[in-house]
Amino acid sequence: MADFDFNVIWSSLPFLWQGLQLSLWLTFLSIIGGIVLGTLLALARLSGILPLSLIAATYVNLIRSVPLILVIFWFFFLVPLAIGRPIGSFYSALIAFVLFEAAYYSEIMRAGIQSVKQGQVHAGQSTGLNYWQIQRYVVLPQAFRNMIPILVTQGIILFQDTSLVFVVSLRDFMTASSIVARTEGRLVEMYLFAAVVYFVICFSGSMLVRSLKSRMST
Amino acid sequence: MISIENISKWYSDFRVLTDCTTSVKKGEVVVVCGPSGSGKSTLIKCVNGLEPVQEGRITVDGDEVTAKHANLTALRSRIGMVFQHFELYPHMSVLENLCLAQEKVLGRSRSEAVARAEKLLARVGMADHVKKYPSQLSGGQQQRIAIARSLAMDPIAMLFDEPTSALDPEMIKEVLDVMVELAQEGMTMMVVTHEMGFARKVADRVIFMDEGAIIEDRPTTEFFDNPVSERAKDFLSKILNH
Ligand SMILES: Nc1ncnc2c1ncn2[C@@H]1O[C@H](COP(=O)(O)OP(=O)(O)OP(=O)(O)O)[C@@H](O)[C@H]1O
Ligand SMILES: [Mg+2]
Repeated sequence: MADFDFNVIWSSLPFLWQGLQLSLWLTFLSIIGGIVLGTLLALARLSGILPLSLIAATYVNLIRSVPLILVIFWFFFLVPLAIGRPIGSFYSALIAFVLFEAAYYSEIMRAGIQSVKQGQVHAGQSTGLNYWQIQRYVVLPQAFRNMIPILVTQGIILFQDTSLVFVVSLRDFMTASSIVARTEGRLVEMYLFAAVVYFVICFSGSMLVRSLKSRMST
Repeated sequence: MISIENISKWYSDFRVLTDCTTSVKKGEVVVVCGPSGSGKSTLIKCVNGLEPVQEGRITVDGDEVTAKHANLTALRSRIGMVFQHFELYPHMSVLENLCLAQEKVLGRSRSEAVARAEKLLARVGMADHVKKYPSQLSGGQQQRIAIARSLAMDPIAMLFDEPTSALDPEMIKEVLDVMVELAQEGMTMMVVTHEMGFARKVADRVIFMDEGAIIEDRPTTEFFDNPVSERAKDFLSKILNH
């Protein structure tokens, strides 16, 4: 324990950076996909069309009652079976994340949509805008804006969760750190470094959320 | 222009409107008043189909609003509506508020929409505020913009639901002035309001509602000079002596 060697970080930086890129890229794409699909689910749920809202509600409740790691596994094995050819760990993980996160984002967007006053919808309707135009131009922009802090918070959680992709042997930042730690025999240094990197990224995210919140409340 | 025939409406088993019948002719101004909860807002929202009715028939300019497959979006685009709480879109500038439906519903080009918006903003005295956002404006200013937003659609009739009751007293006049001008230009208007000065000045008829029913529906001077029902007398004495 006595002699730390932090040079190991320096020398494996390119390798770690590749891992971090994968983590960030997966997070980014999953957030976009999750919000788009989540918004559609929220709209379906609030549509007032019984079969639609039932399907959406069932989907959301189902997904929210299984662990993410299981969903990642499922899609790794199921997608190739379903389409008859392998699609690679990255895409299967991405699909899993989008479908999983969509359930959470849909609950956030649902709350956001409900936070927009009924009078806004009436205003839109009274000028002759149709349902989709009202959602697109009046309701969703306000819902989205009201929910930005929570959407970002969910994004931070998502970023941490990307470390689970080691189960389908993707080399994200966490996995890359572990590999270096074990091959170089520098467990303490590497796990300390990984913790610092996660902390810096997630803490910056939290600060962003805080400044967004205070900016919105003025 | 607007014809309301024997409409009734329920919220589950609570009856909000009971057999209401009235009409508004082209160019006529009708004021609707009555105690809180009497169904004024509900009645006016039925006129452009924001609220469905269970019984009766409403037509606007010959088109039936209450028909099963009524083209409500097309109908609504021809009827303006102004709300108690203005309901400007907070995430859009004043200009965008006025242009949105012009472009998306009427299919006007950007420049046509902007030209129309600027003309109407000048008319309600808000020409200097095109780039501002609703939160930067006073209640009276917001309401004048909301009126301009409705007028931008070139409506054949205008509905107002207590347009001044959320305003500070000193701002009521600037909004009423716009409405009086509109009335004098011959706009067909149905106005829920407790501003009896406004009613006396421009209304052709006054409708008095209580508990979901139309109790009186009479020419303005008759209504004020000798209301028939006890409930209307009671209401008038309260509202005129506050
Ligand atoms: N969505 C709703 N569900 C159930 N009841 C409702 C609903 N909207 C209104 N009501 C009830 O219907 C009645 C009439 O409401 P309405 O808003 O039309 O009254 P109003 O005359 O406009 O009153 P105010 O002067 O307070 O605006 C009230 O008793 C109200 O509580
Ligand atoms: Mg009302």
